[in-house]
Amino acid sequence: MAMQVELVSPEKKLASMEAEVVGLPGSDGDFAAMPGHVPTATSLRPGVVTIKSGSETTEYLVAGGFAEITAESVSILAEYAAIRSEATRDMFDSVRTAAQAKVDSTEGMRKAEAERDLGEIDGLMKDLSA
Amino acid sequence: MPSLKDLKNRIESVKSTRKITKAMQMVAAAKLRRAQESAEAARPYAERMTGVLSNIAVSAKHNDDAPTLLKGTGSEERHLLVVCTSERGLCGGFNSSIVKLAKEHIAKLKSDGKKPTLLCVGKKGREQLKRDYEDLFIDPIIFEGVKRITYGEAEQVADVVLKSFDAEEYDVVTLFYAEFKSVISQVPTALQLVPASIPEVEGDAAAATQYEYEPDENALLADLLPKNVTTQIFRALLENAASEQGARMSAMDNATRNAGEMVDKLSIQYNRSRQAAITSELIEIISGAEAL
Repeated sequence: MAMQVELVSPEKKLASMEAEVVGLPGSDGDFAAMPGHVPTATSLRPGVVTIKSGSETTEYLVAGGFAEITAESVSILAEYAAIRSEATRDMFDSVRTAAQAKVDSTEGMRKAEAERDLGEIDGLMKDLSA
Repeated sequence: MPSLKDLKNRIESVKSTRKITKAMQMVAAAKLRRAQESAEAARPYAERMTGVLSNIAVSAKHNDDAPTLLKGTGSEERHLLVVCTSERGLCGGFNSSIVKLAKEHIAKLKSDGKKPTLLCVGKKGREQLKRDYEDLFIDPIIFEGVKRITYGEAEQVADVVLKSFDAEEYDVVTLFYAEFKSVISQVPTALQLVPASIPEVEGDAAAATQYEYEPDENALLADLLPKNVTTQIFRALLENAASEQGARMSAMDNATRNAGEMVDKLSIQYNRSRQAAITSELIEIISGAEAL
């Protein structure tokens, strides 16, 4: 059994395929969605989305967004997304600047969240080539 | 009766105008293709976004503490009109038709005793609205020199809108842009951004899928709604970019054809006067010879 996965960013559609497992960086923790998952809507923190289709696994970097999961499909709306192996540091510079601005402009709970997101982005950027 | 030299100059000048409009038409055609591609590439995201949002909104609408971006502030007094137009002219009725629609709205709001405010995105719309409504302006956003509209530009506009809404300056926000139907047809459109206009899901609310929310429903909506505003603005800007090039292309096509007709007409006139001049010269010579 497989489910339909769509990964879209505002500028283009990155992936649309059948997959067995999708790993998502949910804002309350990482989780994997498989066919028959309870309908869920979740926000995403910056991280890695893993789409496993047959023997192939593709990893995408996303900078926050949303996912809508039903028993047959997963739609991921990423604010910014790129295939992990093709992503470069330059591409994420603007994302990091935005996250930094959010840390500076917010307070309390929101600030803690923003700081966590910034940390995640820094972690992701570490493995990227220049 | 213009002299032969005048006619010749006129023909040359119309010919060079025709060259320019022809070149502009071709440039617009090339740009149109790119603009159309990016407008189409952005469509899935906007569609999914509306889909997700309408699913969640169905259950949240009846919720009293739903975010104001969804259900509004409860009043409809202060309106913000975001008028998106182009940075350049020479694109037929493109800007005027958007401005006309916006003006109709302003007039209606005023006669209803509401308070409209204008946020102009793009230079041309601002120029056209300036004479009548300068007192309603807030700082315009001009994208001069921006070659390609990206999500960043949309965020810039959304930032202004959301900040002023958060500061409770407005109750309703409406976006004006031209939807791209085809090269010859661009439809000026008014889209209500706040409170969010969400298409009703088919079937009643009870039949809609019950979702698990993570984090909770309101936190998710509070996150999703501003993004929806940005997405809608982004889509409007892309549609506008495609419409602008489409309108320019057909305007320039018309201009090229008109210039061609003009050249034909002037050429005939030139040839006739030339012939008339030769004939009269001949008559003069012949009658001169006969007199001898």
